[in-house]
Amino acid sequence: MSRRPAAMPNLEPRDVSAWRSRFVLLLFAAAAAALLGRAWFLQVFNKDFLANEGSKRFERTLEVPAGRAAIVDRRGEPLALSAPVESVWAVPRALLGDAEKLPLIARLTGRTTAELEDYLAARGERSFVYLARQIPPAQASRVMAVDAEGVFTQREYRRYYPAGELASQLVGFADIDGNGQEGMELAYNEQLQGHSGSRRVIRDRNGRVVEDLAEFTPPQPGEPVTLSIDMRLQYLAYRELKAVVESHDARGGLVLMMDPRTGEVLAMASQPGFNPNNRRGLELSGLRNRGATDTFEPGSTVKPLMIAWALDQGVVTRQTRVATGNGFHKMGRLVIKDAGGYGDLDMGGVLLKSSNIGAAKVGMQLGAEGIWDAYDAFGFGQRAEVGFPGEADGVLNHFTDWGDVATATSAYGYGLAVTALQLARGYAALADDGRLRPISLLKLDAPNPVERQVVSATSALQVRRWLEQVVAPGGTATAAAVKGHAVAGKTGTVRKVTATGYTEDAHLSLFAGMMPTERPQVVTLVVIDEPRKGDYYGGQVAAPVYSRVMHGAARLLQIPPTDLQTPRPDKALTADASKAVRS
Amino acid sequence: MRTVFVVFMGVALTVSAIAVVVSKHRSRALVNDLQQLAWERDRLETEWSQLQLEEAALASPIRVEAMARGRLQMAEPAQYIAVEQP
Repeated sequence: MSRRPAAMPNLEPRDVSAWRSRFVLLLFAAAAAALLGRAWFLQVFNKDFLANEGSKRFERTLEVPAGRAAIVDRRGEPLALSAPVESVWAVPRALLGDAEKLPLIARLTGRTTAELEDYLAARGERSFVYLARQIPPAQASRVMAVDAEGVFTQREYRRYYPAGELASQLVGFADIDGNGQEGMELAYNEQLQGHSGSRRVIRDRNGRVVEDLAEFTPPQPGEPVTLSIDMRLQYLAYRELKAVVESHDARGGLVLMMDPRTGEVLAMASQPGFNPNNRRGLELSGLRNRGATDTFEPGSTVKPLMIAWALDQGVVTRQTRVATGNGFHKMGRLVIKDAGGYGDLDMGGVLLKSSNIGAAKVGMQLGAEGIWDAYDAFGFGQRAEVGFPGEADGVLNHFTDWGDVATATSAYGYGLAVTALQLARGYAALADDGRLRPISLLKLDAPNPVERQVVSATSALQVRRWLEQVVAPGGTATAAAVKGHAVAGKTGTVRKVTATGYTEDAHLSLFAGMMPTERPQVVTLVVIDEPRKGDYYGGQVAAPVYSRVMHGAARLLQIPPTDLQTPRPDKALTADASKAVRS
Repeated sequence: MRTVFVVFMGVALTVSAIAVVVSKHRSRALVNDLQQLAWERDRLETEWSQLQLEEAALASPIRVEAMARGRLQMAEPAQYIAVEQP
């Protein structure tokens, strides 16, 4: 230390009281302590809350959509398919600020500039508005090429239905957000949907993704659903049904085909229909999958089932004959009518002529309980449980509620109601040697296990042979015959019930049958609802549809014809045959 | 002895520093590759679903039947005999 010049003022601390400096020090210490305390408080007590608040302001969780899985037919043809498309969205305020590019964006998204401005201004406070939803990726990339402020795209999936109207009621449809609304799309929504993944990102004020954070959950795509239907048969059924509904000016109709050996439904066509790809102007009646949701009185089509049961129970034999007289039979206050007077008929004759009197007499021998047992065993009154939304139960009242009249009428198919699925299941049991299997709308790896043996194989075969006569020349449904194939089947013409009771001028025209008779591979049911032009008998309206559908089915399923000729070793027949094929 | 240790640690530090830079660079390159591949997969997925749709549209039974009957003048044979191949 050097000595200070004497002229300088004395800087030595004056004699001030020591408390002042200590006071200042104390103040600093207190301030420091307060700061530390606050920091400690924020860091320890409020850390999570504050960190959270911070991320809320710039972190976003983006959804990574999982594609909705496809619905395909049994051969893998797509019936419903999701394809990626882009949705264009914008931050209104950012886009409004970019006045130069706004008109171009407006044009590319199909609006006028003024419209877009109004649209954005009305939503100015939001940070997300759609400009165009689900447009093709190529169009979206044109919008993005404009490079306007605050315009972004988002990947979405759009549902397409390549089969269009062919299977529309069965497949159903999903809404724009990919939620199943109808049909199989609704029934298997969970399985199809999958789980969308997510990624956490940091976004800037204008919505741009600045950084991808580590959090990433990959999307889990849904599982495809494989239906049991075969699109080739479905098309055939659709085409023939649509043609007959138009030519007879019918209210609607359905064709149901199934494989009796497995329980799988091969085709399920309904009219009227709708186009699932463009649902504008959709009529509700077109949505109904009549095969599952509508019930009807089966009429004469139950006779084979009832007679098979009676035969199996020993109530009637192959030789039993019933008197049907002149076609009028009074039973209490009920008058049963046949189309003609057929005299004495055996069971084959009752089916061949579709005699109501004969069926009623067999029914009375079975008794109310016997008939009820038969229908119950064939699965009437029990929902087919195919998992289709809105599937009906059908109606089979308990036999203790039946009087004599109800017993007699139920023997020829009135007073009970079935769905097409139930009736087809009954016929499938008849076709598969008396074995009743559950029905499936999904393709099966192994045939559905047999639920019960309804009637013996011999009884079932006997009834099928009788039913072959129905289709043969001289039967009531010669129009159902399929050239070269042995087919069996039964007609039905059912009066519809209206508010005033059974009516004379509204009918259901039915045909149910199977092919080939000895070992059936296909069971087909045709129902035409209220043919209003021309004929209405099952043998005239439904039977030709059956014939045409079965003819195509024989070709598609490679069912060998029954009139097959084995060529002799000499070449003459082969040459003849090849000539015949070419003619 | 002490100098050797310091030099050794110095070298080790430099090497690890460079290694960090290299691995960071690699990781960026890989992330970039991953994004490229994800983008490529996306593009292929889009193309695949569009091809499926196109195929379904072209192979639609309605269209096939119309072309067979209309443009190609095809018809089911009215007369034929089925024979069994021995």
